[in-house]
Amino acid sequence: MTQFLSLLLNGLSLGAVYALIALGFVIIFKASEVVSFMQGSLLLLGAYLAARFDDTLGFWGAAALGIVGSAVAAILVERLLINRLRGAPVISLAILTIGVDLIIITELTRRIGSDILNVGHPWGGDSISLGGVGLTTNRALAIVVAGILIGAFFVTFKFSSWGISMRAVAEDGEAAALMGIRRGRVSMVAWMVAGVLAAVAGLFAVGSPTPGVTPAVATVALAALPAAILGGLDSTFGALVGGLLIGVAEAMSAGYQDQIAFLGRGFGDVVPYVVMVAVLLIRPSGLFGTRETTRV
Amino acid sequence: MSEAIAVRERPATGTRRQTGRGVGAASRLVVGLALLVVLLALPLYVEEFWLRTGFAVFGAIIGAVGLNLLVGTTGQLSLAHAFFLAVGAVTYTYLSGEPGGTANPYGGQSLPPLVGMVAGVLVAGLAGLLFSPIAARLRGIYLGIASLGLVFIGDHVLNTWSSVTGGFNGRLVPSFSLLGFTFDSTDSPPLTVLGVPFGQAERLWYLGLVLCIGACWFAANLIRSRPGRALQTVRDSEVAASVMGVNVRDYKAKAFLVSSMYAGLAGVLYALSIGSVAPESFGLVLSVQFLAMIVLGGLGSVWGSVLGATFVSALPLVFQQYAGSLPFIVEPGQPGIGASQAAAFLYGLAIILVVLFEPGGLVGLVRRLRPSPRAPGAASAATPGGEHQPNTSPARADTSTPGDKR
Repeated sequence: MTQFLSLLLNGLSLGAVYALIALGFVIIFKASEVVSFMQGSLLLLGAYLAARFDDTLGFWGAAALGIVGSAVAAILVERLLINRLRGAPVISLAILTIGVDLIIITELTRRIGSDILNVGHPWGGDSISLGGVGLTTNRALAIVVAGILIGAFFVTFKFSSWGISMRAVAEDGEAAALMGIRRGRVSMVAWMVAGVLAAVAGLFAVGSPTPGVTPAVATVALAALPAAILGGLDSTFGALVGGLLIGVAEAMSAGYQDQIAFLGRGFGDVVPYVVMVAVLLIRPSGLFGTRETTRV
Repeated sequence: MSEAIAVRERPATGTRRQTGRGVGAASRLVVGLALLVVLLALPLYVEEFWLRTGFAVFGAIIGAVGLNLLVGTTGQLSLAHAFFLAVGAVTYTYLSGEPGGTANPYGGQSLPPLVGMVAGVLVAGLAGLLFSPIAARLRGIYLGIASLGLVFIGDHVLNTWSSVTGGFNGRLVPSFSLLGFTFDSTDSPPLTVLGVPFGQAERLWYLGLVLCIGACWFAANLIRSRPGRALQTVRDSEVAASVMGVNVRDYKAKAFLVSSMYAGLAGVLYALSIGSVAPESFGLVLSVQFLAMIVLGGLGSVWGSVLGATFVSALPLVFQQYAGSLPFIVEPGQPGIGASQAAAFLYGLAIILVVLFEPGGLVGLVRRLRPSPRAPGAASAATPGGEHQPNTSPARADTSTPGDKR
């Protein structure tokens, strides 16, 4: 039972990180109809900056720099590329973000080399115990921070004027533009928010129990893509549920890997994709996604 | 989301074909024959490095043509191409290879390599067919991401099923042979043609060339034929396609079948080219490279696949070979930009530029630079021919509208 609770808690913390990234995917998709394959590189960029400037700026300064750097990169991509291609097919834009991702990841991989950079989290490798269930402080904080950020996002999304514009744009971009909503600005803010979320997720993804900043960290974002898809690409709530679901499923299958040894070692890594394919078979638009209807 | 992949309307490119068909076809034939003669004679003149690169390029072309049939012609985004390549490569290696491996013993059937190659193509096609029910339920970007899952699942299987795949370290690829003629340099006395020793590289060059020409030919004819038209209609509007009597689900499944068979053959050649199959060779990077090839070359175009595949697959090899003489590239292990990284930068940048400025890819660029013999719009009843298809189909403007609106 303890093992189960521990895995559940770890899964939720992992899921919180996934949910942050997945929320980024969803926000971008709603605002500019682009599936951004470059969240991984934004995440890695944030983590890399935070680790690189840790000595000079201290943890908080470096973390802030990482978040700002990642947000700026996202804004630049939106302004310079995506904004110019409004109306282009979803697939072309997705391929474009793959190209950007390729460049950023290659450059960061080159800079990191074979080192493992460390982000000097003040909480280091500490762990806390909740009723006999252990969890690293990093992971516990991830749950708290993700909860706060996601909560704040939902409140903003619901009540602020940006949230209203964003929902209007997602509902019908042309009508929103005719009502005087500046689509470009909505889209830019969406990319910025997604950049911030990716960087924050990155800061937690490279903390204990993960060893540090390696190029492989970018694959965390790829695992969050199933989370966004299985919740439904245009559902913010779906991103949250999908993230938690994937996180728990991954932690469980890693924890009980002896019981499922016939599936091979390291099966936990592919669980997000297996869950995704299974869900998509039953609901092709994800759990909470809008069903696509075709009118002739 | 059933929009075409082809990005912008560019009317009047297909018109060239109509009146100048005789002249155009003749000049095209001459260019094609000249190219063929050059390719056939090349092993007599160039170094082994270029022949090895050429073989890798031939394999990549086959894979790219297959992916382009799926993504460019049918409009189904797939990131799973690396997976189907892996299926072909592993099937070939397992069926034609010898059992071996000390730490991780793996099996092998020692069948003739030709059997292994054919089986590789068939098994990859089967894998594509098995995936197609999933694909049929998903559209657009959902399909792209679901197919991404296949790459990771495949990677896991490659690592785990070590009795067939050799596990994490992979296994050696048996060399190819056809009716007793080995594509290897183990003959004695060595085979020479016109005074040039014909070793492994020369022989593989011809193997790759023949397979590549066959694959391109088949694809070009497929695109131009009735099923090809049906696939393009599925891409442009699924609703319009089904209204016109095209069985959308069936055609999508067939597109997956053909595309993954191409991938299977490409996988066999890729395996022969790199000499061993290991999970890391079939990662997401490979899928992205294939996508880069077809986007750069031109979606929906066989020639585009050829150009794109040549560019993307030869670039890192050439950079590596000439790292010493290229100013911005350093030798492996030194600080600076390595060969594969330089190549990644270059084609990443190329993808961005192509999507931004020339959605027709390299083929579109070539077509734009070549002056049209007549004023555009002279022939209104143009027959849109295979390669020119995506941007020129007269039906497109009509059919794409209903599907795009929700």
